[in-house]
Amino acid sequence: MNGVRLYLRYAGVSIRSQLQYRASLIMQSVGVFLVTGVEVLAVWALFSRFGQVRGWTLPETALFYGMISIAWALTDALGRGLEVFGAMVKDGELDRLLLRPRGTVLQLLGHELTIRRVGRLAQGCLVLAYALSSPTIAWSAPKVLLVPVAIAGAICTFLGLLVLQATSAFWTTEALEVWNAFTYGGITMGQYPLPIYRSWFRGLFLYVIPLGGVIYLPGVAILGRPDPLGTPALVQWLAPLAGPAFLALSLVAWRVGLRHYRSTGS
Amino acid sequence: MGPYLAIVSARFRMLLQYRAAALAGLWTQVFFGFVLIMVYEAFYRSTDAAPPLPFPQLASYVWLGQALLATLPWNADPEIRAMVRSGAVAYELCRPIDLYALWYARALAWRTAPTLLRALPMTFFSMLVLPWLGLPEWRLAPPTALAGLGFAVTLAAALALSCAITTLIHITLMWTVSGEGIVMLLTALVSLSSGLLIPLPLFPRAVYELLTWLPLAGVADLPYRVYSGGVPPGEIGLVLARQLGWTLALVALGRWLIGRGIRRLVVQGG
Repeated sequence: MNGVRLYLRYAGVSIRSQLQYRASLIMQSVGVFLVTGVEVLAVWALFSRFGQVRGWTLPETALFYGMISIAWALTDALGRGLEVFGAMVKDGELDRLLLRPRGTVLQLLGHELTIRRVGRLAQGCLVLAYALSSPTIAWSAPKVLLVPVAIAGAICTFLGLLVLQATSAFWTTEALEVWNAFTYGGITMGQYPLPIYRSWFRGLFLYVIPLGGVIYLPGVAILGRPDPLGTPALVQWLAPLAGPAFLALSLVAWRVGLRHYRSTGS
Repeated sequence: MGPYLAIVSARFRMLLQYRAAALAGLWTQVFFGFVLIMVYEAFYRSTDAAPPLPFPQLASYVWLGQALLATLPWNADPEIRAMVRSGAVAYELCRPIDLYALWYARALAWRTAPTLLRALPMTFFSMLVLPWLGLPEWRLAPPTALAGLGFAVTLAAALALSCAITTLIHITLMWTVSGEGIVMLLTALVSLSSGLLIPLPLFPRAVYELLTWLPLAGVADLPYRVYSGGVPPGEIGLVLARQLGWTLALVALGRWLIGRGIRRLVVQGG
């Protein structure tokens, strides 16, 4: 059985088990939708008071907001196993994974496909639909394609962050909350256009963790406005590739970490 | 009073064991504070009109929110959740003390211990380290003596109010058992109406007026603005009256509900 088929089977099992508690699942999805919907309300309140942020309007900002929301909703649903990895190292559960003749990352991704994240996904899709219906965007076929490509780039970056977070557990035996600064801080950061931040902060999310680059740069290309940061169009179109590159690097770190792994015993 | 004090001090000692977790949380919150302040800074620089909350007050507001995050009543104590679920809540009923007071004391310990652990280093960082890092405009400005005194009093009242709401959440667990749904709705409500999401004065005028009269403004927004002088010292008494009024009302509601809850409580498990 190849990796994809195995993953699909994992996902199927996970979905069936979550569907056992249907009422709870619906309530939780609605809950997630409301929690994230309230955040949209806050952004709307800010724009209604200030009108624009450094020359960016609400529909323009909504493009970045929608894309990063969708990307995080999907990553959070896929990467649940990576998020709970610290606990697996702590209680020795990882040893069981290592005994199976399959990749550890694949097994971790198959740990759970969290359906209730659909609440955030719905919110992101609504915001994105609002952004994309703006009459100022001049659509072309490549631009239509660039939207999902940018989201995929952001998913890869988020997954890379989760892999790094899990990797750090090899050395500390504890899930490190410090990484949340970059994941959750990165979500908030990515909801607004990158040029509004200070240069050291922009640099962090362009060159170290490319979360800003994979969403903002293609976003500028889609909006068709000149980039205040002065990037050429080619860079804007190629920027989503930084996501898979970051994921690949973090998987290398994972390999190194796995070789360092020593079971906690018991 | 003895048994309640014992509960508070036992929970305190337990929670203070997790110092590394507190440090990790500190870093996350500092980072988050940076992101928030930068976003607000960008908005503030985009307009010539004077916003209802001057920027130095806004920076203080953000840092106080990060430092005092654990005081906000947005979640349920996992220990009480587990107790209601497993049926161990029956032991709580056997204790010869008032259940409401017991749960209130638990809530108080659970809300204050992590806050103490986080608030002191956060204050140190945002008040003293930030100017040294070359970001004096982002710092938590020290309050005037009068505002500082007012803040101490209103913060204590905020904690009393927050624990009344927390206890109310715990009591609803007697009906819903899992409680996930209610807690999520609460998170949305609390972050919106306490000022955690965006400072209440930045909302449209009518929404702001409404929100300041609801109980959650007394948990965060009002004391934070007493601190930075946004609420003039003459109005501190009014803030305090609102906070204590809501606390008394919610304690009364909680006591009435807990009586009904016990009568229909089905202890799970066997």
